[in-house]
Amino acid sequence: MSEPVPPDADERLLDEAAEGRRSKILSGGRPRKEGRRAVLTAVISTAVFFAVLALVAVNSPNWPAVKHQFFNGAVYRESFPDILKAFWVNVKIFLTAEVLILPFALLLAVMRSASGPVFFPVRALAIGYIDFFRGVPTILVIYILGFGMPGLEAPGVPTSQFFWVVTSLVLVYSAYVAEVYRAGIDSVHESQVAAARSLGLSRSQSMRHVVLPQAVRRVVPPLLNDFIGLQKDTALAALIGVVEAFRQSQIDNADTFNYTPFLVTATLFIVVTIPLARFTDHLIARGRRRRAGGGGA
Amino acid sequence: MSGPAISLRGVRKSFGALEVLRGIDLEVEDHAVICLIGASGSGKSTMLRCINLLEPIDAGHILVHGEEITSGDVDLNAVRRNIGIVFQSFNLFPHMSVIQNVTLAPRKVLRMPSQQADAEARELLHRFGLADKADEYPDRLSGGQQQRVAIVRALAMQPDILLLDEITSALDPELVAEVLDVVRELAAGGMTMVLATHEMGFARDIATRVCFLDQGVILEQGPPEQMFGAPTQERTKQFLQRIVAAGRL
Repeated sequence: MSEPVPPDADERLLDEAAEGRRSKILSGGRPRKEGRRAVLTAVISTAVFFAVLALVAVNSPNWPAVKHQFFNGAVYRESFPDILKAFWVNVKIFLTAEVLILPFALLLAVMRSASGPVFFPVRALAIGYIDFFRGVPTILVIYILGFGMPGLEAPGVPTSQFFWVVTSLVLVYSAYVAEVYRAGIDSVHESQVAAARSLGLSRSQSMRHVVLPQAVRRVVPPLLNDFIGLQKDTALAALIGVVEAFRQSQIDNADTFNYTPFLVTATLFIVVTIPLARFTDHLIARGRRRRAGGGGA
Repeated sequence: MSGPAISLRGVRKSFGALEVLRGIDLEVEDHAVICLIGASGSGKSTMLRCINLLEPIDAGHILVHGEEITSGDVDLNAVRRNIGIVFQSFNLFPHMSVIQNVTLAPRKVLRMPSQQADAEARELLHRFGLADKADEYPDRLSGGQQQRVAIVRALAMQPDILLLDEITSALDPELVAEVLDVVRELAAGGMTMVLATHEMGFARDIATRVCFLDQGVILEQGPPEQMFGAPTQERTKQFLQRIVAAGRL
């Protein structure tokens, strides 16, 4: 799953993420004075690091041309409003897909976890589905559904590209998210099911009231991680002609022969993914504290 | 409803190549308290799990009040409603408060209205000194309190028979008494119970009959005075000697 943003922006995303973790680790759990010094050290080292990077870039022989083509302030300001508007399409794709993925993937995971020989066909169906959609590149699913389905011209088949992008993302991501759910279901100890069944709860009641609530709570961080991936993959919609942020920056690029619009798109993606990444870190840290704190049965 | 509370006839159970129960015969009369003693691995826990149908048996029959529950066409959930089990490791539901733990099965299985389930659960909790813990989560309770909640959770289904699987083995020594007191009270109230235990002193006090399990069979059984005072089997004597040597009797 790769996303077409300029490589420099991607690197910066990684660096900033690493930096955030580093400062937290340095400052976390130490006496206040020492903690403050650690933060200061982190800030200074970050500043030095980026200053060196910037110096190397600025002193490269072809820097003025690169600056004009990629970091053009005027083009940035000019293309920003259009791309922001197009980015709203990415947000809509993401939100619609996510709302559909959560229940669909859960259904797949429960199907896959069904035990007993009677449920073999259900299990086989779920496994087949998950294997297939984890194996096929997302872009191919989008191409085939996005061009193929409207091409049928069959009555009742939607022709909206937006519809087929959302459908493709739901199909592909549900396979991943189902596996995340399944890991959660497997992590709930067998004795919990024994306790539920011994009270007279049926298999499905045990699943619903005892296993799933615990499983879902445990997998929230990895679920959010998948959704960061999903946010970025909404840019694949461009490939079948949906005018979202990436497509809009291609259009602007074609107008101006300048690559700065891609930087605008990269900025917008980072602005939405970083908060989600930090929120995920926060949940993981909280989960770790809880496990360390309360023993639990 | 005729015949003894529970009858086991030639019950066998294997896990892979390991035969854990090798022909168990046992009659449990109504209001009896049967204590299963024996070394770890002798089959005590497996026997209790089989009676609750948590483990399917390989051969033999189990009857509850004269009705076979191992015949295949029986409603597992209906059987389990009448046979409560309490586990060594409590197995409370960590995502639910105490009151939710206790009311889950009455609400979902017996279809009891929430208010009624709640009121009955609070009464039970009150009876066992847990009234103020109703809204706590299990991880905020001591081991003894958790185990008492687990007993209350089983009792909330108003079972005819209660199975207790080494319910004090995971507890700190100073917490054992509060749990055993609950079991004493239940015995005094006439609850039919089968308990696997390492608490020999307790077994001697409470049991109507003690069964010594050895390598998957009930080697010897009888009233506690006889079993602890004058055991007839050599292996029973050896087992009890080890217990005495360990200062547990």
